Amino acid sequence: MEKMILAGFGGQGIMSMGQMIAYAGMVEDKNVTWLPSYGPEMRGGTANCNVIVSDKDIASPIVDHASTVIVMNKPSLEKFEHYVAPGGNLYINSSLIDHKVSRTDIHVHYIPASDIAVEIGNVKVANMVLLGALLKISKVITEKSVLDALSKVLGSSKTHLFEINELALEKGAALVSNTNPNIAM
Amino acid sequence: MKKVLMKGNEAISEAAIQAGCKFFFGYPITPQNEIPAYMAKHLPKAGGRYTQAESEIAAINMVYGAAGCGARVMTSSSSPGMSLKQEGISYLAGAQLPCVIVNIMRSGPGLGGILPAQSDYFQAVKGGGHGDYNLIVYAPSTVQEAVTLTMEAFDVADLYLTPVMILGDGILGQVMEPVEFIPPKKRKLPKKTWATTGNDGSRPNNLINSLYIEADVLYERTLAQYKKYDLIKEKETRYELYNTADAEVIIAAYGSTARIVKSVIDGLLEEGIRIGLIRPITVWPFPYTIFEEYASSDKVKKFLTIEMSMGQMIEDVKLGVNGKKPVDFFGRTGGKIPTYDEIKGKVIEVIREVTA
Repeated sequence: MEKMILAGFGGQGIMSMGQMIAYAGMVEDKNVTWLPSYGPEMRGGTANCNVIVSDKDIASPIVDHASTVIVMNKPSLEKFEHYVAPGGNLYINSSLIDHKVSRTDIHVHYIPASDIAVEIGNVKVANMVLLGALLKISKVITEKSVLDALSKVLGSSKTHLFEINELALEKGAALVSNTNPNIAM
Repeated sequence: MKKVLMKGNEAISEAAIQAGCKFFFGYPITPQNEIPAYMAKHLPKAGGRYTQAESEIAAINMVYGAAGCGARVMTSSSSPGMSLKQEGISYLAGAQLPCVIVNIMRSGPGLGGILPAQSDYFQAVKGGGHGDYNLIVYAPSTVQEAVTLTMEAFDVADLYLTPVMILGDGILGQVMEPVEFIPPKKRKLPKKTWATTGNDGSRPNNLINSLYIEADVLYERTLAQYKKYDLIKEKETRYELYNTADAEVIIAAYGSTARIVKSVIDGLLEEGIRIGLIRPITVWPFPYTIFEEYASSDKVKKFLTIEMSMGQMIEDVKLGVNGKKPVDFFGRTGGKIPTYDEIKGKVIEVIREVTA
């Protein structure tokens, strides 16, 4: 069971990244839930969602102890760092977050996602760079299912965006590996 | 049938359309806005009509009109909006009109907040509007269950000629899960011979009304209605038992709260601690009998009611338990969702008490 919290500014593609994971999980016949924040913090410009992908039935869709957390801005890191369960993975968009995490009981991945996204041509695919990293480490769903989900989310009118999203996933995956010095433990 | 990934609000809407809902009247309010949005987009394509009313009060009275014509009709709102609808709901109950009303609860009182809550329990099951009446109230806990119950709600409303409520909360409305749309088991439904569909003179005029000035007439009508309620209690009461066999502590929880409770139960089971859950699926009629049954068991030492409120369903749990065992309470309100650790902490405290 992978219990995820994804968080960042509104517009960074947090909600759609979560939906893509949930959709890909469903395509693989797994149980999935996607729960967005819709409260007052949304109106302050930050967004987060809880996503669970599991082989077993999912009881609560609320993630209090996350196996994976992705943060795309600093307020999200401050809010969700302590939600990562010991041994879990924390993915940090280091383009926008200069803070280093002091916890030593979790895997921390510093990924300059926004910079890479700009480099390959569109800052909006920063979420996909992080997702690429997540898929490499977690293996909760396959990249193929995500690409299927992506083509569904984008629809036929936006097929020109498909390639850059795929490239973003690859870039993100290439940045993390077992020998990557960014991993704290 | 293939599964689709949908928000609770959207799934409830699609279920209504597939159940033959032809009219929807609503007014926007968070966290149920995806229902009117979905209906506006999809209901006309299914041969129905969507109207955004000028207020919740107008919307519920439009429901009265469409229901009186014998059409399948639905409205939805969230807590403050549901308060505005109460007069109309009482009239619908008085006129014995079938319809489906969805309340995706947010926190109150007053305008309150937009986050999930279960503090409209009393309003939903103990009246809300004036007069002697009840609604059938379903409290789904997952998106799939919301779909199944919404589809059934239209049949049940037509069968017993009563408004039926779907009582959800912000979590159910907003969460996305894979769902299948499977039509419910067919029920034999009476013809709507009472509907005001126009009269060519071949039958007496039909009149839809909730005004009965003569005490004798209203008395008899009310008694007949309560006989029907007895039948509903006998035939339609529903609950889920989760892990209750051999449990010394039984939790009572419904809706989204029951899901968090199930996670805690699963977690404790891995540590070798067994506790059970009785989850009412109909909160009216309330499953008193099953609580009485467990309360009478020597094995069961204590009940614990957990709600996103200051304690409302606990009163029904106590009626079921009927003083045979103590009933404890844990709640979070104001839009705060009880966490896994909070519930686990309370459960462990209760277990220590009963084993001390």
